[in-house]
Amino acid sequence: MTSIGAGTDRYLAEFESLERGADRAPAWLAALRREAMARFAERGFPTTRDEDWRYTNLGPLAATPFRAAGAVASLNLSSETVDRAAIGPSAWPRLVFVDGRYAPEHSSRQRLPGGACLSSLAEAMTTDPELVQRHLARHAHWDADVFAALSTAFVQDGAFLHIPAETAITAPIELLLLTTVPGALAQPRILVVAGPHSRFTVVERYVGLTDDTCFVNAVTEMVVGPGASVDHYVLQEQGASTFHMATIHAALERDSAFSTCEATFGARLARTTLTVRFGGEGGRGSLAGLYVTSGRQHVDHHVTVDHAVPRCSSRQLYKGVLDGSARAVFNGRVIVRPDAQKTDASQTNKHLLLSDGVEVDSKPQLEIFADDVKCTHGAAEGQLAPEAIFYLRSRGLDDTAARRLLTLGFVREVVDRITVEPIRSYLDRTLEARLGTERGSKEMP
Amino acid sequence: MLSIRDLSVGVEGKTIVRHLNLEVRAGEVHAVMGPNGSGKSTLAQALAGHPAYAVTGGEVTYLGRDLLAMSPEDRARAGLFLAFQYPIEIPGVSNAAFLKAAINEQRAARGLDELDAMDVLERLEQKLQLVEMDKSFLSRPVNEGFSGGEKKRNEILQMAVLEPTLAILDETDSGLDIDALKIVAQGVNRLRRPDNAIILVTHYQRILQYVEPDHVHVLFDGRIVKSAGKELALELERRGYDWIRDEVGAVA
Amino acid sequence: MTTPTKTLEALATRDYKWGFVSDIEADTLPPGLNEDVIRLISAKKAEPEFMLDWRLRAYRHWSKLERQAGEPKWANVTYPPIDYQKIVYYSAPKRQGEGPASLDEIDPKLLETFEKLGIPLGEQKRLAGVAVDAVFDSVSVATTFKEKLAELGIIFCSFSEAVQNHPDLVQKYLGSVVPYTDNFYAALNSAVFSDGSFCYIPRGVRCPMELSTYFRINAAGSGQFERTLIVAEEGSYVSYLEGCTAPMRDENQLHAAVVELVAQEGAQIKYSTVQNWYAGDAEGRGGIFNFVTKRGKCAGRGARISWTQVETGSAITWKYPSVILQADDSIGEFYSVALTANRQQADTGTKMLHIGKNTRSTIISKGISAGRGNNTYRGLVRILPRAANARNYTQCDSLLLGDRCGAHTFPYIEVGNASSIAEHEASTSKISDEQLFYCKQRGLSGDNAVSMIINGFCKEVFKNLPMEFAVEATKLLGVSLEGSIG
Repeated sequence: MTSIGAGTDRYLAEFESLERGADRAPAWLAALRREAMARFAERGFPTTRDEDWRYTNLGPLAATPFRAAGAVASLNLSSETVDRAAIGPSAWPRLVFVDGRYAPEHSSRQRLPGGACLSSLAEAMTTDPELVQRHLARHAHWDADVFAALSTAFVQDGAFLHIPAETAITAPIELLLLTTVPGALAQPRILVVAGPHSRFTVVERYVGLTDDTCFVNAVTEMVVGPGASVDHYVLQEQGASTFHMATIHAALERDSAFSTCEATFGARLARTTLTVRFGGEGGRGSLAGLYVTSGRQHVDHHVTVDHAVPRCSSRQLYKGVLDGSARAVFNGRVIVRPDAQKTDASQTNKHLLLSDGVEVDSKPQLEIFADDVKCTHGAAEGQLAPEAIFYLRSRGLDDTAARRLLTLGFVREVVDRITVEPIRSYLDRTLEARLGTERGSKEMP
Repeated sequence: MLSIRDLSVGVEGKTIVRHLNLEVRAGEVHAVMGPNGSGKSTLAQALAGHPAYAVTGGEVTYLGRDLLAMSPEDRARAGLFLAFQYPIEIPGVSNAAFLKAAINEQRAARGLDELDAMDVLERLEQKLQLVEMDKSFLSRPVNEGFSGGEKKRNEILQMAVLEPTLAILDETDSGLDIDALKIVAQGVNRLRRPDNAIILVTHYQRILQYVEPDHVHVLFDGRIVKSAGKELALELERRGYDWIRDEVGAVA
Repeated sequence: MTTPTKTLEALATRDYKWGFVSDIEADTLPPGLNEDVIRLISAKKAEPEFMLDWRLRAYRHWSKLERQAGEPKWANVTYPPIDYQKIVYYSAPKRQGEGPASLDEIDPKLLETFEKLGIPLGEQKRLAGVAVDAVFDSVSVATTFKEKLAELGIIFCSFSEAVQNHPDLVQKYLGSVVPYTDNFYAALNSAVFSDGSFCYIPRGVRCPMELSTYFRINAAGSGQFERTLIVAEEGSYVSYLEGCTAPMRDENQLHAAVVELVAQEGAQIKYSTVQNWYAGDAEGRGGIFNFVTKRGKCAGRGARISWTQVETGSAITWKYPSVILQADDSIGEFYSVALTANRQQADTGTKMLHIGKNTRSTIISKGISAGRGNNTYRGLVRILPRAANARNYTQCDSLLLGDRCGAHTFPYIEVGNASSIAEHEASTSKISDEQLFYCKQRGLSGDNAVSMIINGFCKEVFKNLPMEFAVEATKLLGVSLEGSIG
């Protein structure tokens, strides 16, 4: 194993103090944490010699000392600040987390129909111990992924959402996760359990209120029950110096539908490790992402779609706009296991390169072990077509306006998939603002 | 030439053609008409031996042989040709190469010598005129990137080249503009001989203005419910299929 | 079982008609590898000092690699460990006399062997329009049309002869594209390579015939380590063909070759391979481990290098014919068909390294997996920041026949500037029942229908092969030639 050995010691010490502390974790959880910590200590932070981290250097992250969220006092936030950071109106059920800790004073969870549970994870361990034990850390691969291991070792707080069978919830449920204290390590943990034939939307909204160095290590596990339909959004606007590591695992059961759409604007280093695993026939997965980066931002997506059973379909669409000296990594992997006949999988990954300092590394992979399948992938790295720019200019737009319009058009394909109005208009606003100014090198051919 | 007795065919466990009877003699052109879902295409596919269409009852004799016992390629080699409603694309394989293979396999089955590339090409070029296509048509991959009309004309070209004894045209006329329709019809007429037969499966009467059928059958709910001369086609065109439905309903 | 599966099983278990063994007296070193063996190989070839030095440096590097990490393990293939001390590193048919053999001096059994392989070397029978260098185990036994080519200034000879007669050229270019430090097998090859082909096309010369090397492994327990070096000077053109076969044996044999191509300004090299080493039997016993490093360098402006390969043999194939697009406006191409049947494994693809401006590369890869075969495309397209206006187009398609095989695609796309475009498309599919039925309705047998469809699938690659090889390739895929032309 190639790893950066240094850097893990701090976490070990932290772990020991957690163990000694007043935290009354149930026995199963304590054992799980110890196992995960051992795994993290054994593996350490990966280096670029690790194939999964080939293009993403974790040296700076490993070298920076962070303080666990519990050890720092978070800012006192006004409700106006919270409302401004939120995507949805206050009518949406909302849980707020500040530096990884649940903030009940800012949360509103009263409007859910009977049987549905939206609570902090800590609370759920008492109210729903059986469900939490059955699913927590049972899906994300903490044995193979160090960040999932690190999160599991320190599981304390986070969000728990359980929507029971046959329950449909119209208003999206928003999880607002704020990063406020410089130097903090926040490890929010999210567990979502969708009962059979339930239907709802859940939004993870990350906002950085500080431009100092922070480390957010988020892990989301979603269990999509038979026939359930879950729409999931991740909207990330961390501060400019934040390391944002996100691990998302969705386990799809028979005939379920899962869509996830991610918009990444912030952080100096943002890595998403997303796994969608089909465990029952007839599942449908839609995965989309858009990232708009500039400066020295580094955005890395590792997407794995695991077709373990027959007759499931998956669609991936990832689009990135890179400016400045930004770097994007896309590693998309589609696995079709031996019995997964009639699989229909597609993957598209495109980057628009606006400046000569950018770099893109794309690794779209197919691993196919069944013959009666339809799998395609496509990747394209390029720039705005000069003919298209010329066409717009011939209609009276100036060069900047033409480029801006075409760049917006490039990301449109992802935005158009979004049906939830406040999210759509949020993206429209943000994209306008991000792409609207004098961006893009003008000396393009 | 072809004798269908009490034929039933199902797809995915659902019976589509029910107890159908039809006699086709050499030199005849039969039109099989019917509304959507009446079983026209199922009948055509079953006669050609498509594995997805399961014959659940009845028998079919073709040139004195038990047709249903023959593999699809043996049926083709015995002169049965199906012009597909939706011709299949075969990327990378040129029309010429495809037809050369087909010609020679059919010749081999009849104990004839293989034709070499030059002979085949000569034969193909002759037949091209029939469908008003130029030579470049031959070097294009089979049906790949063809328009709907080109695909249908390609079916007629193949028919002309393979000179079948019994040709079944499955909605070859649908989706064609009037010019293409005339070309197709003209192709069919030129291939009409006293020693072969043609079954035109169609939804519309329009091709029958150019190809005159000897018999017209109306297929309804998997059965032939009415057979008559060419005047029946005109009547169908004028009155639609509803009156048949009423008539059949009245009988049942 | 579906028809395509059956047909492919038949194709997979097709007779390997090149699997005979020739009974030829050989001069064979005992198995094992150490500095003495290398000195002995070098001495047998009466090599100049610089060659021995280079070999020894390579050997020391290889020994270090072997002690440290061993052979590369990243490829998507599995095989039992190779004991490098059990391999015979030199085996040559015994010479009749001294000095380079003229045709009359060659053991008639050797001539017979090549004739049986369809490569007649005799004056009267030799292939028109193709000059052949015939390599048998560790040495080149004959090169045809040598004199005729020499009239144009073209040097086409065995590597050993080149070392003797053109040491300056060898010294200049040997290891200039694939240094011995490149990888484990390249290091091993550099240490022990015994022969191979050398080819030099002078400035402005268009080589009037196909140049070809035919590699034959015969001796048991031996590895084959040949080296090919092709240098095309300014404005020249050459088309080069490579073919290979080996006897059927129950044990695995190692073939670790290195091919280096250098294309100067405006030069073009077309390199075509039909690889048909023995693939092992249906249970995966025996067969060649084909671990090969092939790389070309577009050293001059507007140079062009094309690799075309049809890989049907070998138990394991590990090769990535690559192009370093060093000079501006240069072009690299890679066209590949790889078939894995039975328990064959292939991990193959290419690397296109864009350094110069306006460089272009095209990659077309067609993988066919049948039986329990596993087929992996692995490719790297790297566009450096200074390679402005670079273009790459990649298409890799996989055809799966049967439900026990695997097809994998691992492309790496690295783009370092904003004026370049890289496009990658891939698909995986099987032969549809509708296609088969359509063909059958026209009278084709199931076998021929499958062959025809496979041939269509490979067409974009086959059309880049010289005619002689297209025939060979289509035959190897069990496909009639008629399907691929016309």
